[in-house]
Amino acid sequence: MSDAPLLDVENLWVRFPSRTGVFDAVRGISFTLGQERLGIVGESGSGKSMTGRAVLRLIRPPGLVEADRLELHGEDILTAPESRMRQLRGGRVSMIMQDPKFSLNPVMTVGQQLVEALRAHEPVSRSAARKRAMAMLDEVAIRNPERVYDLYPHEVSGGMGQRIMIAMMLLPDPKILIADEPTSALDVSVQLQVLDIIDKLVRDRGMGLMFISHDLNLVAKFCDRIMIMYAGRIVETCKASELKNARHPYTLGLLNSVPNLERPRDRLEVLKRDPAWREAPSVSARQ
Amino acid sequence: MNALSIEGLNVWFGSGTDRANAVRDVSFDVATGESFGLVGESGSGKSTILRAIAGLVPTWSGTMTVAGETLGARRSKAFYSKVQMVFQDPYASLHPRQTVDRVLSEAMGLHGVKNIDKRIGQLLDDVGLGPGFRFRFPHQLSGGQRQRVAIARALACDPSILLLDEPTSALDVSVQAEILNLLADLRRAHQLTYVMVSHDLGVVGHLCERIGVMKDGCFEEVLTVEAMRRFEARSPYTRHLLESSINSIS
Amino acid sequence: MTASQGLRDWLLTDEPTSRRQARLSSWFKGWLTFRSNTLAMVGLFVLTFLILAAIFAPLLATHDPFAQDLGQRLLAPGESGHIFGTDSLGRDIYSRILYGARISIYIVLLVVMVAPVVGLIMGTVSGYAGGWIDVLLMRITDIFLAFPRLILALAFVAALGAGIENAVLAISLTAWPPYARIARAETLTIRNSDYIHAIKLQGAGPFRIVTRHIWPLCISSLVIRVTLDMAGIILTAAGLGFLGLGAQPPSPEWGAMISEGRKYILDYWWVATIPGIAIFSISLAFNLLGDGLRDVLDPKEGNS
Repeated sequence: MSDAPLLDVENLWVRFPSRTGVFDAVRGISFTLGQERLGIVGESGSGKSMTGRAVLRLIRPPGLVEADRLELHGEDILTAPESRMRQLRGGRVSMIMQDPKFSLNPVMTVGQQLVEALRAHEPVSRSAARKRAMAMLDEVAIRNPERVYDLYPHEVSGGMGQRIMIAMMLLPDPKILIADEPTSALDVSVQLQVLDIIDKLVRDRGMGLMFISHDLNLVAKFCDRIMIMYAGRIVETCKASELKNARHPYTLGLLNSVPNLERPRDRLEVLKRDPAWREAPSVSARQ
Repeated sequence: MNALSIEGLNVWFGSGTDRANAVRDVSFDVATGESFGLVGESGSGKSTILRAIAGLVPTWSGTMTVAGETLGARRSKAFYSKVQMVFQDPYASLHPRQTVDRVLSEAMGLHGVKNIDKRIGQLLDDVGLGPGFRFRFPHQLSGGQRQRVAIARALACDPSILLLDEPTSALDVSVQAEILNLLADLRRAHQLTYVMVSHDLGVVGHLCERIGVMKDGCFEEVLTVEAMRRFEARSPYTRHLLESSINSIS
Repeated sequence: MTASQGLRDWLLTDEPTSRRQARLSSWFKGWLTFRSNTLAMVGLFVLTFLILAAIFAPLLATHDPFAQDLGQRLLAPGESGHIFGTDSLGRDIYSRILYGARISIYIVLLVVMVAPVVGLIMGTVSGYAGGWIDVLLMRITDIFLAFPRLILALAFVAALGAGIENAVLAISLTAWPPYARIARAETLTIRNSDYIHAIKLQGAGPFRIVTRHIWPLCISSLVIRVTLDMAGIILTAAGLGFLGLGAQPPSPEWGAMISEGRKYILDYWWVATIPGIAIFSISLAFNLLGDGLRDVLDPKEGNS
């Protein structure tokens, strides 16, 4: 068993050439992911979602992904052929996205999608796949797996759809899970439930979790380590428990601009964006 | 006199066996100059109440009195000059082919406002956008900027009541802070009455004085923000909502 | 900085300072997108060329398109100063093609003035009003949709006599229903948008909402659809001409020219083929143009 971290990223750039010049969504970030929960926090345009997609090599031309190093458990994935990437996607690295309405295929039943996800990566028979799919639905706390198995995505609620998504992505037993705003489209009470499930599964299977979100407080409660992104760079990284000791003005600004029920204020602090933040080099989140 | 008085409001969609009751027998009052919040999860009916007040929902029953006028099936011109609405999705609330200037001029033209040119400059100033934004199209504006334009549009005719349907839920946290500050400032400056819908208790706690908690179309309870802060909620559902939303890092 | 560079910057600005600048800027950016599509530019070029040929036909023609010369019949292209040869009555084909372009453009203009306009009105009113108005208008649309185009043209010709106007009328009456359907589908989606709710809350009535707010959004997809349909319409007109129901002899309408050249196609291929190539060119040009317009106007792209 190699000592290499699950994911090793060094100097990652994601660029989009366009008619009016090149737009750099991610500008030279470095981080590693072990068997831990890493939170990536940023606002829209910070490059956090692009980072997740770049790791899975889901960026289509004309977008370009460049890095000094992009390795999955020691294996280089920057130049790996598409056929190998197809094996890795789902098999070693999985991704769950924000809205199950848009990420579950509306014309296939839940069961069909689960089975397809599994059989794409492992040569199992249909009946064996069905059994494992049922077991997985049970693991994500779905009470009637037999009934849900035959439902279509539009017939299940948002929270259940997200749990089905998790089941589907974890069935082939990947080592890394990338969760891109997995609870943003859910009601508050359902959010906690879904997070608990992700937490349990990640812990039980010894997986690495990349949790991408705009909600700093949520990430602080849920993750072990946090990296805060702004304008395509990492501006700060710290342990989740030490977030209140954050030093970078952007992080502090984010923390202070959220209206807090327990701490009423007359005016919320408005983030003053310092242009120096864009130019400062990226902080390394490597361990 | 109350700015808004709702008595026994029922709103439904469809008919017969397909009928879905979105709002059931809801009653509440909002005093002039007050800021009233409506919270609940998705499907609780909170946005539907706002739409019913605005006249965007055809099937309702009950009594609604707004600024002294009892509302019927249609809304009058006078109503529109007193009550305006800001919508949730900044990316859907501006016509994609119209400049900011066109949006504001048309709104003012319909209300018979004089001195439109000068007033546009004033409105843009009020919402924190400079004159440079006047001739931009929506795709040249960020989410926060679009929402400011939407607020400017709502203020174009000098209303007294603003209906706010989750105005910041689609915005980044830092932009949300700016818009919430703007809304608080505008309320003070123009003595507005707010009825604000949100699923975020923090946001509602910041801007509102009293809060109505909704569940499945009904009011669970109405409490003041202070009571909410002290966790003095009578209904277990409200307590459950409060617990889920408390986010402090200690 | 040269004057043209200055003008370009002015047009590409992100911060327009007047209504005119905003509008021109929007058009210019659309033009840039269109220009980057090579095939679309080819289509535009061919179309412009054909339009110019039609306008300047009297100047460009080498002979009178109606002058018969039986001593010079069926000459091959290039012989005796006839660029494309002559037909069975000795008329210069090149000149007839040029004047025939006028007829094709005329057909296009007539149809464009009638079919999409009627379709837009029917569709948007139907979609916005809903209820029994929607049902009534859509059933009327269905009735017109059910008419087969050529048979209707035959009926018109039988009733009103043959001629290009009647042929075009027949085409227009059967061409508008798809546009009504498109316009209605778009209206149904747009109707529920927040920006429509917002303008209603300013007190706007249905007429203003439909004409000032919904039409601008429907027009893009209509323009694309009409451009793509033009090819079919020209072919239909040519077909009617071929059947003798459209332009009457000695009119140099391209379809009629093909019909006349049919008998000679084996030995004197140019008489039918050259007008065929002309029809092919204009159809292709419209198709390419329509594709290019779709890239520019598709609202999903969100513009520039």
